[in-house]
Order: sequence, then C-alpha cells, then structure tokens
Amino acid sequence: MPLTRLFHPTGYNRVYHYDLLQNEMNRLFDSFFGSQTPARRAGFPALNVSQDNDNLYVNAELPGIDVKDIEINVDSDSLHIKGERKIAEADKNVRYHRQERGSGQFSRTIHLPFPVNTEKVGAEIKSGVLTITLPKADEAKPQKINIKTV
Amino acid sequence: MAEKGLTVDKKEVQNPQEFTQEGPVFTPNVDIYETEEQLTLIADIPGVNKEDLEIDLNENTLTIYARVKKEGLPGTPIYKEYEYGDYKRSFTISNVIDQGKIEAELKNGVLRIVLPKAETAKPRKIEIRS
Repeated sequence: MPLTRLFHPTGYNRVYHYDLLQNEMNRLFDSFFGSQTPARRAGFPALNVSQDNDNLYVNAELPGIDVKDIEINVDSDSLHIKGERKIAEADKNVRYHRQERGSGQFSRTIHLPFPVNTEKVGAEIKSGVLTITLPKADEAKPQKINIKTV
Repeated sequence: MAEKGLTVDKKEVQNPQEFTQEGPVFTPNVDIYETEEQLTLIADIPGVNKEDLEIDLNENTLTIYARVKKEGLPGTPIYKEYEYGDYKRSFTISNVIDQGKIEAELKNGVLRIVLPKAETAKPRKIEIRS
C-alpha cells in the first residue's frame, strides 16, 4: 500500500530517516535546478494537502468515480482513501482509436501531521474532485500566548 | 484491448502555441471508439464546470478547452502531488460526422461527446438484384 508521510510522529525510525534524507536531497536538487514538478507521486490518486489554523484539507482528482465506490476512513493519526474506478465496457463491435483512461482499484494512506477531530471530518466530491476537510483536534490548534508585562 | 491501470501523471501540453494565460495546460486522457453509427469520445477533465467548457468544431478539427478554477485548496499548501491547470486537446475528425447532431455531456469530471456519423458515411449493404 502506498504510504505518504507528511511528518513522522516520533522520528525514531532509521528507514524513515533515510527516506527523509533522500527526500530532502531530492528537494534540494529540484530547487537547485528550478524544477517545478510536484512531489514524487506515491500512487493513485494524486493528493494535494493544505492547512489553515483550524483544518487540514486534502484534495484528490477522481474523475468518473461514483461516490459509492469511494471509501474514506480516518483514525487519530492517518487518513485512508480507497476505492475503485470502473469504466463501462463498450460493446464488443467497437473499434478503439484511443484508450488512455485507466481503471482499477486504488488505495492511499496519509499520516496526519497532528491529531484531528475524527467525528467532524467532512468530504465532498464536485466535478470529479474530492475535498476532505479534517478539523484539527483542539490540542493541535495554535494557541495564542498572552505576554504579560512585568 | 488490454485494460489500462490507474495513473496519476498529468501530461502537460508540449507545444503551447499562444496561450495568453498563466499556468500549465494539460492534455486530458481520452477514450475514443467508433461504431458503425457514431464516434464516442470520453475525456477525464476533473474540476471543470459546465460553463467553463468549450467544445469547438471548426472544419474537421474538434477542440476541447476546459478551464479549471485555480484557487485550489484553502490555507497554506503543505504537500503537493499534482498541479491545477486547464485542459486542451484537439482532434482531427474526418468529415463524415453529422455536425448538427453532436451531443456532449459532463458528469463527475468526465466529458462524453457523441458524434453521429452522417448518413452518407454509414456502411451500406448493396442489394444485388437477380
């Protein structure tokens, strides 16, 4: 199963450290040569992740996939997306000029960088683009610290 | 024909002629198949709304141009595996299409265009009189 690490929760794993180093090297290399290509692709679907103060957002392009063929699971530190893309079989007596659209099963797991409020996770799909909103758990939200003058 | 697996690579248009907008333009993946009556074209264009889609048939060139709103996700991006960009692809179609009867449907980020063949282009069985 393709695994995507955003951050590692503890960071004791040697293999992980190697991975991290390599990623870091790749990033350095890319930035040096001005490459604009996105991060290495870990599998279908490609994911984009962003965050603000309250939520973590995950975007995936899933064209032509029925909502009932997508399954999203969240636990305290990871998000799992799996499903299947089915393409209707054309009749036997057709002649294909192009056949580029893929089909099959997919599964992705993301390690979340902080705990989320699993009960309030929302997901919506619009024009074939899936957006998952994961509210941060209270302890993960930024806290404003008041400075006292003494 | 062998089934194709799922891929995530978006193919960027290699020769972007004279685009006046910023940002990448991608070639959508398509299936095209032909029967005796019609030609069907199916394209994956996730993130496109109906009003942002242009389908143009000029002489015998069919062009699909789909605009994607590039606002992306709210907040600060922290991980990125794909880019947002428009889709463009052109096809040369022989002039046997009945241009008045072309139908297009956009659903779930998948565009389906049905191009019926003109009467003259359909295969015809010739009756032999004895």
